[in-house]
Amino acid sequence: MIDASLRELSQALAAKQVSSVELTGLFLDRIERLNPALNAFVTVDPEKSLKMARAADARIAAGSAGPLTGIPIAQKDIFCAEGWRTTCGSKMLANFVSPYDATVIRKMEAEAGLVSLGKTNMDEFAMGSSNETSFFGPVRNPWDRERVPGGSSGGSAAAVTARLAPAATGTDTGGSIRQPAALCNLTGLKPTYGIVSRYGMIAFASSLDQGGPMAKSAEDCALLLNAMAGFDERDSTSLDRPREDYARDLEKPLAGLRIGLPREFFGEGCDAEVMAAVRAAIAEYEKLGATCVEVSLPNSHLSVPAYYVIAPAEASSNLSRFDGVRYGFRAEDYGNLDDMYMKTRAQGFGAEVKRRILIGTYVLSHGYYDAYYLQAQRIRRLIADDFVAAFRQCDVIMGPTSPSTAFKLGEKAADPVQMYLSDIYTIAVNLAGLPGMSIPCGFAGGLPVGLQLIGNYFDEARLLNVAHRYQQATDWHRRRPAGVA
Amino acid sequence: MSLTLEQVQRIAHLARIEISAAEAATTQGHLNGIFQLIEQMQAVDTAGVEPMAHAQDLSQRLRDDKVTEEDRRATFQAVAPETEAGLYLVPKVIE
Repeated sequence: MIDASLRELSQALAAKQVSSVELTGLFLDRIERLNPALNAFVTVDPEKSLKMARAADARIAAGSAGPLTGIPIAQKDIFCAEGWRTTCGSKMLANFVSPYDATVIRKMEAEAGLVSLGKTNMDEFAMGSSNETSFFGPVRNPWDRERVPGGSSGGSAAAVTARLAPAATGTDTGGSIRQPAALCNLTGLKPTYGIVSRYGMIAFASSLDQGGPMAKSAEDCALLLNAMAGFDERDSTSLDRPREDYARDLEKPLAGLRIGLPREFFGEGCDAEVMAAVRAAIAEYEKLGATCVEVSLPNSHLSVPAYYVIAPAEASSNLSRFDGVRYGFRAEDYGNLDDMYMKTRAQGFGAEVKRRILIGTYVLSHGYYDAYYLQAQRIRRLIADDFVAAFRQCDVIMGPTSPSTAFKLGEKAADPVQMYLSDIYTIAVNLAGLPGMSIPCGFAGGLPVGLQLIGNYFDEARLLNVAHRYQQATDWHRRRPAGVA
Repeated sequence: MSLTLEQVQRIAHLARIEISAAEAATTQGHLNGIFQLIEQMQAVDTAGVEPMAHAQDLSQRLRDDKVTEEDRRATFQAVAPETEAGLYLVPKVIE
């Protein structure tokens, strides 16, 4: 049951072979037993989860269930959920109980009938690539507990990998769904910017942030995206588009598919064993009928520098709301109002968050705006245009998700620049606003390797099809760590 | 480009984050490392390139000018550090 796909769970629930209460209890029990060693969840509330499960069972009995009704899911702690502590991995919100639901939570719980198992650990305010910046301590990778699960959606990744949940939500600003999926052997999808509502998803960099599913297969991701996506008038950047079934093309044959291989993704800077696994996956795609064409993303080497201007700039603005006045942490001792702000923010934010606020404050400050922020936005345009040109020659772009497998806890924590470079292959996708996936494609030194798939705007159904057909032909995505049982 | 300690202190003040002398020194090192990475941008000629502020070229939607949210002041203030009579309390600003 713990390895079952969402479709199999749905069928078992519909056939009354299992109830949602039983299924929810099974995963809550696993969380209780296995979470202490992983630190994947920061909040569980069995009473709340079981109440949702009872409501789901009632819907199933009444014949008004949807395809995901009654299936448990882990929620990244960046999504506000009414009545749940919602921390975003920060001391600033360590005691914040949300008075409202994010649109993603509302759609998943109230509309689709999914059962939330709890809130998963994450890098503080989603700023990190290893989950080590969380106020609640690092998450451990179930493949090797001395290694990181990736970040920032590392708790969600570890939870699904250790089968503490059938699937999870994540968010991706610079790679935060795809990189942990790669490091933990999961399938993760970052949708086109604007597909999934950001209402109630605590903002890091608003022009880049996008929520998406993390699961054990492309098919599971397709079903979850159906529940998560859709226009929301409460998000001014939500796109008003016709509803689509993201699972509609899963079975389409891949004959004639044109895969673009950016030469910049196949040069230096990537671990040789990781590259070998990626190349083997591409060879498998050729067997499935795809053809490869070399493409170029000549400005991709500028994506990390541009990102570390744009994302901190937006973050410094977004995080100015945490001032100790309306919600969240307030320092104990302070003098005047300014002192209260300064002490609250000094004590409430961790080191990485402060660093990014300072970078953002500087690049937006008088006299530096043109040289940094405007220049970064111009480079962002060049990067996006590179993708437009590449997609004239191909249907999907492939390459590694991460330049290495899961690294050791503490290995990069002291050097921010080394940590930032873990996202060299993922960041350009956020800057352009394109959809991207990571799927399991092999192992290097016993640790999972992820293949990144990048699609054109709104091409989620095709990406999921391309991922699904590979998963029909291979079994990498079915592997789980030896210790997980 | 290299930030001085005074600049680090100045930025921290603009960001309203109290920073000790020891923290400022460590932060200076980290920020300068990060700006070394960022400086790669300066070699690129971007004359005539339209800045891209957002992933989608959208104009802001307008909605009807009517009340759509219910009054939930009490619920929202329940999570505030300090309130009184429906107001958020902060240290005195005007003498």
